[in-house]
Amino acid sequence: MINWFKFASPASFYPLAGKLWPWFAALATAFCAAGLWISFFVAPTDFQQGEGYRIIFIHVPASWMSMFIYCVMAFWAAIGITFNTRLSGMMSAALAPTGALFAFLSLWTGALWGKPMWGAWWVWDARLTSELILFFLYLGYIALTSAIDDPRRADKAGAIVALVGVVNVPIIYFSVKWWNTLHQGASVSLTKAPSMATTMLWGMLLMALAFWMYSIAMSLYRVRAIILEREHHAGWVAELPEMQR
Amino acid sequence: MNWSSTAEFFAMGGYGLYVWGSFGITAAALLIEALLAKKRFADTRRLLRRELAADREALNEHASRRP
Repeated sequence: MINWFKFASPASFYPLAGKLWPWFAALATAFCAAGLWISFFVAPTDFQQGEGYRIIFIHVPASWMSMFIYCVMAFWAAIGITFNTRLSGMMSAALAPTGALFAFLSLWTGALWGKPMWGAWWVWDARLTSELILFFLYLGYIALTSAIDDPRRADKAGAIVALVGVVNVPIIYFSVKWWNTLHQGASVSLTKAPSMATTMLWGMLLMALAFWMYSIAMSLYRVRAIILEREHHAGWVAELPEMQR
Repeated sequence: MNWSSTAEFFAMGGYGLYVWGSFGITAAALLIEALLAKKRFADTRRLLRRELAADREALNEHASRRP
């Protein structure tokens, strides 16, 4: 049985994150190479959208990650509020910039896809608007937590934003069902067969895995900087090999 | 294989601007994020090393002043 609470201490999580992130970075690179290969050289041309559809290979994975990272932040927020663990707030803070980036990329690639296919960079439909709100939630979290000097209080305030904002995630996901949107419905779902060619699906899943591994690597890397920033007076920091002359 | 020439590959069937605009900005964004995270870690480490060195120096001075 692993004692999970042992790793809730920044002193033991810092070296663990240092050991783990290169592996996730390597996995991200491998999945990305395979995913890009399929995206451009294996997946066939779409009969309706020609080569323009290839944006799907980053648009859908980026959108998934933007929603998933917010859920993970909400998870850490709940853990932090329940157990009062310091590391939880640091994890949320480490995830937020990456989540914001994926939300931005989802909107950006969506605009570049919408222009040639719909004739508009942007429409105020439920899917696009709720994703834009998700982007603003990330920015709000970052702005709020960096405006509060005391990190523990910043974590508490940020946790409230993360937990309240998470209701937006199912709204984004089901928006194409609940409302009549210009945005198309889900191409992949758990309940029915995907409505796309197998090679297209593989390209999308590999790119999603690449983004996922990238996010894990990035948050583990960033949380180490956050730990050092916050724990700089702790004795164990002074003992670290990278702190010696 | 979908492409008969490099030019055809970059043209993306007329959607070049949109496809490469998506993939290019995504690649650039992820790269910049990684570099910023690297810089943040390096800056923090440098600051802490300096802080620790100053502490050690102060301690040594204090010790040497004793008889």
